[in-house]
Amino acid sequence: MSSVPLSAYLTLAIILFCIGLYGALTKKNTVIVLIAIELMLNAVNINLVAFSKYGMMPSIDGQIFALFAIAVAAAEAAVGLAILIAIYRNRKSVNVDDYNSLKN
Amino acid sequence: MMEIAWIIPLFPLFSFLVLLIFGRKWRRGQIDFAVILSLVSFICALLVLFARFTQENVKVEFIWLTIGETQLTAGFEVNQLNALMLVIVSLVSFLVHMYSKAYMEGDERITVFFSYLGLFTFAMLGLVLSPNLLQTYIFWELVGVGSFLLIGFYFYKEEAKVAAKKAFIMTRIGDVGLLIGMILLFWQVGSFEYDEIFAAISAGDLSETMATLTAILIFIGAVGKSGQFPLHSWLPDAMEGPTPVSALIHAATMVAAGVYLVAALYPLFAYSEVAMLTIAIVGGFTAIFAATIGMTQKDIKRALAYSTVSQLGYMMLALGVGGYVAGVFHLTTHAFFKALLFLAAGSVIHAVHTQDIEKMGGLWKKMKWTAPFFLIGTMAISGVPLLSGFFSKEEILVSAWVSGHYLLFTLAIVAAFFTAFYMFRLFFLVFGGEEKKEHSMVKESSNWMTVPMLVLALLAIVAGYIQTPWFGTFLGDWLTTGIAANVHGHLDGPLWVMIVATVVAFLGILLAWLMYSKKVISRDWFTSRAPYTYQLVVNKYYIDEVYQYIFVKGSRFVSQVLHFVEVYLIEGLISLVTITIRQLSMLGSKFQNGQTQLYGTVAFVGLAILIVVFALTGGGL
Repeated sequence: MSSVPLSAYLTLAIILFCIGLYGALTKKNTVIVLIAIELMLNAVNINLVAFSKYGMMPSIDGQIFALFAIAVAAAEAAVGLAILIAIYRNRKSVNVDDYNSLKN
Repeated sequence: MMEIAWIIPLFPLFSFLVLLIFGRKWRRGQIDFAVILSLVSFICALLVLFARFTQENVKVEFIWLTIGETQLTAGFEVNQLNALMLVIVSLVSFLVHMYSKAYMEGDERITVFFSYLGLFTFAMLGLVLSPNLLQTYIFWELVGVGSFLLIGFYFYKEEAKVAAKKAFIMTRIGDVGLLIGMILLFWQVGSFEYDEIFAAISAGDLSETMATLTAILIFIGAVGKSGQFPLHSWLPDAMEGPTPVSALIHAATMVAAGVYLVAALYPLFAYSEVAMLTIAIVGGFTAIFAATIGMTQKDIKRALAYSTVSQLGYMMLALGVGGYVAGVFHLTTHAFFKALLFLAAGSVIHAVHTQDIEKMGGLWKKMKWTAPFFLIGTMAISGVPLLSGFFSKEEILVSAWVSGHYLLFTLAIVAAFFTAFYMFRLFFLVFGGEEKKEHSMVKESSNWMTVPMLVLALLAIVAGYIQTPWFGTFLGDWLTTGIAANVHGHLDGPLWVMIVATVVAFLGILLAWLMYSKKVISRDWFTSRAPYTYQLVVNKYYIDEVYQYIFVKGSRFVSQVLHFVEVYLIEGLISLVTITIRQLSMLGSKFQNGQTQLYGTVAFVGLAILIVVFALTGGGL
């Protein structure tokens, strides 16, 4: 059985992470930013699953952690969206550039 | 009485404080109060002097500061010299207080004037009582402050302001010399005490060169205070102050402080021949130098001021040639007759409202009291026989002759001739001649002004008899008992010295009479024959101009160079620093824009850099 090597998974994860990071740091629409953060989270999940199969000490723990992370991410997305809606009501904008109250 | 001599300066100090605090209310009473306090001070001084005739010196001291093993003391001392000075200072101060009551009447700031007088008198009496150099120095400066305040009393006049500053700065130049000399002496002897300094000198602890150096440095202080050449030019300008002040400070007391200092430190000076010679030459030169200027001045007070400079030169000359008694004696008589002359001049100025002698004349009939008093002062200073100045001047001339400095002796004789001439020139121009129309309303001054003059006139006549070749040399014998230096109570000079002095004085008077009263000799006789010399003298040898060019312009040039350095070099460097910092901070503030994404980017870049560094160094950081 020709298996996919670990490095391929890790490469996929890092590409995914970089796309997510890029999106989180550059996109102006807050919804896109949230989605990009989900991408980064998923890059981590891929890492966890890959290591649980091909790591130094393969074990099922990694997959369980990945499941937990997905569950937490779902909850976090719900909270994030709720905050986003609250901010939107307040600011009448979804543009990240308008959320600059840290300055003052 | 002598044990409580410290109380004498406290009366004027009290007067100063009271007038300072309550001066604005209760004006009339305040002034009487100040006059009475100065009288009390004088009476105490007189009692101390009488006590000193029968008792020994008194010296009371307490430890003021302890630094390491050195102890600085403060206290007071009564010896012959300062007992005499106490009486002179407090007497003239009292008379001037009395005189000023009438002279300054109507002046809005009369209480301020009296408070300054109190401050000055306090400082001067304190200076005289000081038993050590440090204390002397403190009072020395306080006296300068009093002088500064009083010269600048009419501070709304530009000349008075400038004159006050000039007096302060020029005497400060001398004071630097005094300070350095004092510190050197302390370094060598380990004490500021006069007694210990004299003990070190007689024990030979002080090397000849060091003694010369310190003596000359201290003498520079005396030069500044006593208006000797080359620091004399502040004294004539100081005449911008009120006339009673000129009588008190710039004739009788403060300017004599330099002479007093030299006399008080006489053993130190006597130890060094070079220092003595320096004093004699500076004094002799000043005497004749100022006398020539005095002959050309048209302002009555300035003429008297140059006369003061010249007479102080005389005293210095006397001290320099070893005539300790002669110097102190002349200081005493000069205090009386010069204060008298200034008070009389003040009385004239008060009456005619001008200081220009050309605008005066014919006042003899108008001022029945002032005129004879001025004549007495003039005769005393000119050395007319049997008046006080005659005896003291004769004593100086004898000292100069006996010491063998024949050139200085000649200088002194010529200066005596000039003195007689310019004093009688003043007298004839002010009181003689035709009565001026504008002076028809001139009246004699009030009793408050004539009585002090009367007292001084009596003293100007009789003060000489304390030291005469005929009736005994009481002053000299008393003054020289127990003094550490080798001085004589009296020197017997050849009789012809006295005759020459008298002849010279009468020649000067005769010339003045012929020129200004009889007008047999034209007043332009000299000026038309030697116009350039006359110009030189009437412009005071251009000393002020020379100082203006060398020191004022010179220091201005230096300051301009330094200003240039300051503006372009130092401030350039400073602004370079500030600009760099500002640019850096502006760059930094660009990151603080409140954008979460930028913060995230920065954090990520930072993390990335950390990881790269970590990877490159193999984790060994």
